[in-house]
Amino acid sequence: MAMRIVAEAARLMGADRLLPIESAHIDGALYHGDSGTLFAEKLVAGGAKVSVRATLNVGALDLTGCSHNRLPPHEREMASRMTAAYRALGCEQTWTCAPYQAGHRPRFGSHVAWGESNAVAFCNSVLGARTNRYGDFLDIACAISGRAPDYGLHRTENRVATVVVDVSGLAPSFMASDIAWPVLGSLYGRAIGEAVGVVAGVAQPPSEDALKGFGAAAASSGSVGLFHIAGVTPEAQDVRTALGGGPAIDTIVVTDGMVRDSQRRLSTAERADRIDAVAIGSPHLSLREFDRLESLLRGRRVAVPIYACTGRHVLAELDAAGRRAPMEKNGIVVVADTCVVVTPILPSKPGAVLMTNSGKFAHYAPSNTGYAVLYASLADCVESAVAGKPLIGAA
Amino acid sequence: MMLQGDVLLDGPPVDAPALALTAPISFWGGVNPNTSAIADPRHPEYGLEIAGRALLVPATIGSSSAAAILLELVHGGRAPAAIVLHQPDAILLLGLIVAREMGHATPIALRLDAHHYADLHGRTLSIAGDGGIDYLPPLI
Repeated sequence: MAMRIVAEAARLMGADRLLPIESAHIDGALYHGDSGTLFAEKLVAGGAKVSVRATLNVGALDLTGCSHNRLPPHEREMASRMTAAYRALGCEQTWTCAPYQAGHRPRFGSHVAWGESNAVAFCNSVLGARTNRYGDFLDIACAISGRAPDYGLHRTENRVATVVVDVSGLAPSFMASDIAWPVLGSLYGRAIGEAVGVVAGVAQPPSEDALKGFGAAAASSGSVGLFHIAGVTPEAQDVRTALGGGPAIDTIVVTDGMVRDSQRRLSTAERADRIDAVAIGSPHLSLREFDRLESLLRGRRVAVPIYACTGRHVLAELDAAGRRAPMEKNGIVVVADTCVVVTPILPSKPGAVLMTNSGKFAHYAPSNTGYAVLYASLADCVESAVAGKPLIGAA
Repeated sequence: MMLQGDVLLDGPPVDAPALALTAPISFWGGVNPNTSAIADPRHPEYGLEIAGRALLVPATIGSSSAAAILLELVHGGRAPAAIVLHQPDAILLLGLIVAREMGHATPIALRLDAHHYADLHGRTLSIAGDGGIDYLPPLI
């Protein structure tokens, strides 16, 4: 069945051959309904096993027990069966949307089959490994068969940028702020759709966590599987290299006005006078991002809970250093293996407002949680959580 | 009036009212898998149900879980009657490929250029198994 699915996808996309792959990252183990569980169990019943390294993306359950969710009993049972099925298929129990920060970093130029839109963008763009945007079911089918259809971003000619996104005119104070890369990512995704672009005019190289936030936001607002940043990402030593020596079909000169507009679009409750929760960690927080959260909190207690979503790879380090308990005592809810937009963790509350610094949470929270969104920097999120009301620009 | 789409995935011929989306959509986070309603409040067709419609999709964006949502819609009997895409999309259509593997009847999927979609919106389309799309011309 797995090979039939891969072959049918290849036919659909016009690929005339299959490629061997070195690894997979599986997005399909998140419960959306009984059908996905039944599919995984059918694979198990057929004796299937993954033939390459396969890490798991977030699921619907916090298996570490840090946080609690409101899944009804039937859904909880089916999600739990799904977890067991993917374990039986031989997948690694990573349960994170940032596998590239949990020890799974494919080598430059290798072919892999990754799901989860932010992980795909990071894998292609920052690591230079080659993957298409593998959806649920095709990811596990590729992991079992060890093959993927040869089309799209597996092919060198499709990895060349055709659009230049010039950010050289933006205010240096904005580029140095911690909302710069998620806001730019959201703008980039909407402007570019599924084209491959190269961001030009970046003076200070962004951190790995900033690149993670850029890719996640770009892959939410558009269908970005690969981006280049001149002088930063490995296939873009400079703009000319990223363009493959050819001309740009289009150049987008980003202005301060476009940035303000993009930032405004991330909020659905820009003028909110209340907040009910703060959520951070999409993609999952790294240990460095926890360092920054703790330094902004300075041991203060929050009046509105901060849901800090991360993977068990970081949770283990927090626990080993005795850092989780003090945060929880001060009102931080650490969420591992899952996150607040994929499973019902936030209390159901009509008219509620969620504050976040994540471009990806900002995209998905309104439809998936019912919460309106107020987008802000991490510093503003922390000050607002402490004060119990929105404070923008106060930090 | 007659148009010709390219068959991406086979399905039975069908007559269904067309729902043309006017913005790209992410099925995950954009469509409720239980009701089939468009769930993103920022989407122009927010609140409309896609079940039983000939769904015209100019572009797909966002999450790689689109196939899971489409499979769940088929499993629950709330799938579109036909899916028409501007470009083939493995992430979304995998939902139909897997639904077929699981023994469900699946709707036909076609490729048709998006510049036709505005004209088709709201009309009843007769879609043939070979991708032919027949519809009544606009009343003037």
